[in-house]
Amino acid sequence: MTATPILELRGIDKSFGSVRVLHDVSFTVHPGEVTALVGDNGAGKSTLVKCIGGIHPIDGGEYWCEGRQVQVHSPRDAAALGVEIVYQDLALCDNLDIVQNMFLGRERRRGLVLDDATMEEMAAKTLEGLSVRTVKSIRQQVSSLSGGQRQTVAIAKAVLWNSKVVILDEPTAALGVAQTAQVLELVRRLADNGLAVVLISHNMNDVFAVSDRIAALYLGRMAAQVSTSDVTHSQVVELITSGRSGDLGLAHSNGATA
Amino acid sequence: MTAAVTPEKPELPGVSGASKKNEEAGTASLRSVARTYAERVRGGELGALPAVLGLIVLCVFFAALRPVFLSELNFANLLTQGAGSIAIAMGLVFVLLLGEIDLSAGYASGVCAAVLAILLTDQGWPWYGAVGAAILTGTVIGLLLGLLVAKVGIPSFVVTLAAFLGFQGIVLMLLKEGTNISIRDRTILAVANDNLSPALGWLLLAVGVAVYAAIQLRQNRNRRHRGLTTAPLALLAVRIGGLAVLGAIAVHLLNQERSRNVIVDSLRGVPIVVPVIAVLLVAGTFLLQRTSFGLHMYAVGGNAEAARRAGIDVAAIRVSAFVICSSLAAVGGIIAASRGNSVDPNTGGSNVLLLAVGAAVIGGTSLFGGRGRVVDAVLGGMVVAVIQNGMGLMGYSSGVKYAVTGSVLLVAAGVDALSRRRAVQR
Repeated sequence: MTATPILELRGIDKSFGSVRVLHDVSFTVHPGEVTALVGDNGAGKSTLVKCIGGIHPIDGGEYWCEGRQVQVHSPRDAAALGVEIVYQDLALCDNLDIVQNMFLGRERRRGLVLDDATMEEMAAKTLEGLSVRTVKSIRQQVSSLSGGQRQTVAIAKAVLWNSKVVILDEPTAALGVAQTAQVLELVRRLADNGLAVVLISHNMNDVFAVSDRIAALYLGRMAAQVSTSDVTHSQVVELITSGRSGDLGLAHSNGATA
Repeated sequence: MTAAVTPEKPELPGVSGASKKNEEAGTASLRSVARTYAERVRGGELGALPAVLGLIVLCVFFAALRPVFLSELNFANLLTQGAGSIAIAMGLVFVLLLGEIDLSAGYASGVCAAVLAILLTDQGWPWYGAVGAAILTGTVIGLLLGLLVAKVGIPSFVVTLAAFLGFQGIVLMLLKEGTNISIRDRTILAVANDNLSPALGWLLLAVGVAVYAAIQLRQNRNRRHRGLTTAPLALLAVRIGGLAVLGAIAVHLLNQERSRNVIVDSLRGVPIVVPVIAVLLVAGTFLLQRTSFGLHMYAVGGNAEAARRAGIDVAAIRVSAFVICSSLAAVGGIIAASRGNSVDPNTGGSNVLLLAVGAAVIGGTSLFGGRGRVVDAVLGGMVVAVIQNGMGLMGYSSGVKYAVTGSVLLVAAGVDALSRRRAVQR
């Protein structure tokens, strides 16, 4: 276990109107680790991620980043802390090339003019750092890329900004077998490079393939956050479907154990 | 990419083209550049290829049937005929890039031309004041249309269709129920009717080619210096040489005497509208290809949601596209007023808008947004002008001319739709 978590949420509550979506959720993320966030549909995964990303303000609880308590009210605040989210629908522009997409909205300029050479250099360096060798040219249009390559570009875009925490929302949901392996390898490499990675996934194989730690949400509560090596496939499935598995998980009333 | 300035090879990937592998820097070979280009064409990115081919075929066709088509006089006519709608088409490229449409651009140019004529003739303003006011009128029109589309959320088709009708009425009101105002200001008349002196024509061409070459070579050197892949020097030579040769042929032809009666009046030199259009082309290309604003324009046209998430102010981009479109329409109106020596209720009316939309689409700008360049308007505008001019020489009625131009627009839109489908299928 690493000393201080890079990101720590304590007792987060979030309601939409009268619907309480998150109950007293605690969640920690460590640098150099892949934390898988699992849970059934409606368990609150997306809401939790949007709270982390500053899209939804939290109603109660504490948001700690690198050992300091912080206030996150907008996506800009989250980005300033080094938190980047890669959404499921990738938000890439098909008619732009890889470099243009990676820098979209944050272009480098020299005076009025775009500094294409610098951006191309930085993009190439980032992709190289991630050992991405599958794209033929970083000046090719995104429309000509495969699903896995697009996911790679979206992830590289998040990494480009010296981010510390990268949250991936179901990055392999729409991919084939080979491309899934490609993206998982990239996810692992991000963590090995020292980033904290949060991977949202429904796929147990993916979760066990790359994660160091698993956090299971059940009906808006954190059922358990455990080391991947300590649990089995079926235990995680039980945590997802019933919120508990043996001595793991939610007790009858409250009190999550981990 | 300033590659847009070379009309002969418009889609070749430029210095920042798609011809490089990111792991090995160096100069891409001419062959790999050609192969990448072929791949892109096969993938449905036709760019300006159809327009260039169409232009060549049409010119050969008309030249074979009516040799006078190739005369210097007709060449000059062709350029001045096309200039007005090319300016409007350039503006439409910006709106089409976002996947929107401006049906009112034709009559907006009419309104601006009427403002120009009234200020010049009735109010006795100097030409620069009147031109400024006319362009400002265009800007205000564009602001209004853009706000209605981007902020209120009315589809651009409806907003500009309403404006199409409204502006037609405004022109009639401005011109006191259809009288025409003739223009006597020499400067304004000169735009479409006078020529540069032959020496000045050569000088401007030389400066243009030199600046283009300097920019290209500097960019290339900068990239090589940083270890990024560069376009082969041969390609640069072809581009720069092509611009120089084509430009020289055009200037040489236009510098020939084309007056039928030299004693009465000498008529030679590059028409003044040509450098006017060239300046608009360079400025528009710079804006779209080399600035963040231009990139954001493409981003909004390609995927507005992605652009919004990237922190781009989508509404502001939309509004500015309409502002640019109507302002350029004003320039088109001024050119039309100059060419017609007067402004009447039909200025900017009848087929002006359709020819301009046709020009942009024939040139390769997509109606679905996200794809297009300012040079498309020039290439497509030349195609439209050649059809109009050539069929006129062959003695066809305007009915036939309309029908043929309409069909060409339909074919271009069809090519656009099919190539898009091809790109999506991959």
